[in-house]
Amino acid sequence: MESHLDGVLGVKPLYRVIEAGQLADRIFQIWVEAPHVARHALAGQFLVIRIDEHGERIPLTVSAVSGDLVRIIFMAVGKTTHQLSALKAGDFIRDVAGPLGKPSEIGMRGTCVVVGGGAGIASCPIIARAARDAGNRVIGIIGARNAGYLILEDEMREACDDLLVATDDGSRGFHGFAADVLKEVIAGRKVDCVWIIGPAIMMKVTSEVTRPKGIRTFVSLNPIMVDGTGMCGSCRVQVGGETKFACVDGPEFDAHQVDFDLLMQRQRTYFDEEKVSLERYHEHACRCGEGGHHG
Amino acid sequence: MNTPVGAGKEVTMGERPARDRIRDFFEVDCGLSAEEAVAEAERCMQCKKPSCVRGCPVEIDIPAFIARIAERDFRGAARIIKEANLLPAVCGRVCPQEVQCEGACILGGKEMPVRIGELERFVADREREQGLVIPPVAEPTGKRVAVVGSGPAGLTAAAELARDGHMVTVFESLHEPGGVLMYGIPSFRLPKDVVQAEIDQLRGMGVKILTNHLAGASIPVAELHAYDAVFIGTGAGLPFFMNIPGEQLNGVYSANEFLTRVNLMHADRFPEYDTPVRHAGRVVVVGGGNVAMDAARVARRLGARVTLVYRRREEDLPARRAEVIRAREEGVEFELCANPVRIIGTHFVTGVECVRMEMCSLDDSGRPEPSPLKGSNFTIDADMVIQAIGQGPNPLLIRKIEGITYGRKGNIVVDEEGRSSLEKVFAAGDVATGAATVILAMGGAKKAARAIDRMLREDQRDR
Repeated sequence: MESHLDGVLGVKPLYRVIEAGQLADRIFQIWVEAPHVARHALAGQFLVIRIDEHGERIPLTVSAVSGDLVRIIFMAVGKTTHQLSALKAGDFIRDVAGPLGKPSEIGMRGTCVVVGGGAGIASCPIIARAARDAGNRVIGIIGARNAGYLILEDEMREACDDLLVATDDGSRGFHGFAADVLKEVIAGRKVDCVWIIGPAIMMKVTSEVTRPKGIRTFVSLNPIMVDGTGMCGSCRVQVGGETKFACVDGPEFDAHQVDFDLLMQRQRTYFDEEKVSLERYHEHACRCGEGGHHG
Repeated sequence: MNTPVGAGKEVTMGERPARDRIRDFFEVDCGLSAEEAVAEAERCMQCKKPSCVRGCPVEIDIPAFIARIAERDFRGAARIIKEANLLPAVCGRVCPQEVQCEGACILGGKEMPVRIGELERFVADREREQGLVIPPVAEPTGKRVAVVGSGPAGLTAAAELARDGHMVTVFESLHEPGGVLMYGIPSFRLPKDVVQAEIDQLRGMGVKILTNHLAGASIPVAELHAYDAVFIGTGAGLPFFMNIPGEQLNGVYSANEFLTRVNLMHADRFPEYDTPVRHAGRVVVVGGGNVAMDAARVARRLGARVTLVYRRREEDLPARRAEVIRAREEGVEFELCANPVRIIGTHFVTGVECVRMEMCSLDDSGRPEPSPLKGSNFTIDADMVIQAIGQGPNPLLIRKIEGITYGRKGNIVVDEEGRSSLEKVFAAGDVATGAATVILAMGGAKKAARAIDRMLREDQRDR
């Protein structure tokens, strides 16, 4: 059962990329073989990857599962995600650990709305599907800057009873933010529970929509992590005035209790270093003349 | 400098000068040459009733291995040590010998005790250089044991159980096995190739180590229960914070995070390695234990001016004396009888406000209870703060094991032999005792492994 671990380097595991491709502007997906994660992952959980011996550990949501495969979706913003975007089918990822974090608190709630913004849409179908399987009526809202950044529309349409699309520039669906669409949805009907997943600023703004009505609202937080198992405390966030570790107490929290400004402040801790790392990567990728293979 | 009573071990001769060693992460201690080792071994009195062995949590036959060194039979010495301890290169370096074997050495009363730790290290290093001999394992019993965590406790239990002929699978959540030996203890105290070689030895004995596997998640608890026995050695990986204002500022680290970034992820070599660590000019480390010393000395090597703030007096520092001395030699400044009350800054840390502490009546542990002196507040400039004030057991797995009894501090409650409240589930090391030393974890794990072996053999007979 653990034969997949006897990888090319003998005792050390390697995880094979089965499929890799681009979904939208700067947004990529990878299906990777990781049975120990795939077999046990539930909606809302994440995994940690390290691409190679020199790599950093980064958390990514488990976006979908199929047999022994897990899907990750990411936007190429820093060095690691750029490097990841250059991987092709047949390549290996050095380490995949998980599933980590608590699963979404699905339950039978009635009508649920799952809101995704940008690359955050990656986390939505698995939650929408789980919510519908639990007997909820599920409305999906996905939003992006423009049509070129929109991902998983078909998958969300299939996972939800209704799907609404918004783009900031109106190039597809409703012209405006996901928050505007959510406002209309909750004005028109009784909504029992909302998930909002996207960039921190989008989650902050969008969760204000449900606050006046006191609708149970979850957000999935994405602070900087190292181990992802509660060991380092790098991912600490303030929720309801208490310090929580996003990796083990979350990643989903009550949106109306989260200190988003602090989250955003802490996400910028390594802003300068991230720039250095990415520049160095691009220089190296240029010199090698191949789509960014490193090391 | 006041040398506290009972802290016998001073820094030994063979070490690199501070001005050299703070420029790199290479080992501080140089170790003994063969000649020095033989000479040191000849000092041993070969006591009939050796008190040193009683001082050793894993009961190494110390006089026997020292006798072999005196005879220049270094391989024979290695064999004797490894009968009791499969991590001798680790223990020779990080055990607090001054309160264990060397503390009990009969020579200690008159002159210097025999440098047992140095001798253990010498024997282990020499064997490694010449090729480690994989210890023999017993006939396969067909019994399967799951070991959770690959730190000192997990590795010791795995080694002992493999030696007894059981099929051992170790689950490690990080990408490298070794636990605190890899992420916590810096390479200038414990080089990582030393740890890896001793772990490879376990693999040679047939131990299967699955990295990236978080027990309770990648391996559900039900699957763990399907093993004939489960040993839990998940350590004390949950960092404590002081809960003072400003703790959320960028640049405030737990010692765990800071040390993991550097030791495990090689942030000292950023951007060659992808993991960054904040580049700080002035660092404040809070705490007085070995972890605090490690953090302070790592920060010095990253080029920062380092101030260590501890709430009690010099003689109360819980760190090993030798580590305190070395930290001082390396330029770590000590702000004793002081405690942080607030971390200052906007977004990023700029300083730490502390208050002077007054020593009051003795507490249960015989140490004075510190209490803040009103109006004595002062500020230390800092762009990084590292909190090394202790850690507790990680509750992640424990909470998922239905029916297991754990204490108020989240530690698994076990008996003398590591038995938990659940049949077939054992635990040792920091997860059972709370944060302690590498060797105590190993001692506990060895006892538990013996009990597991006994249980599995009885089980076999019953069939």
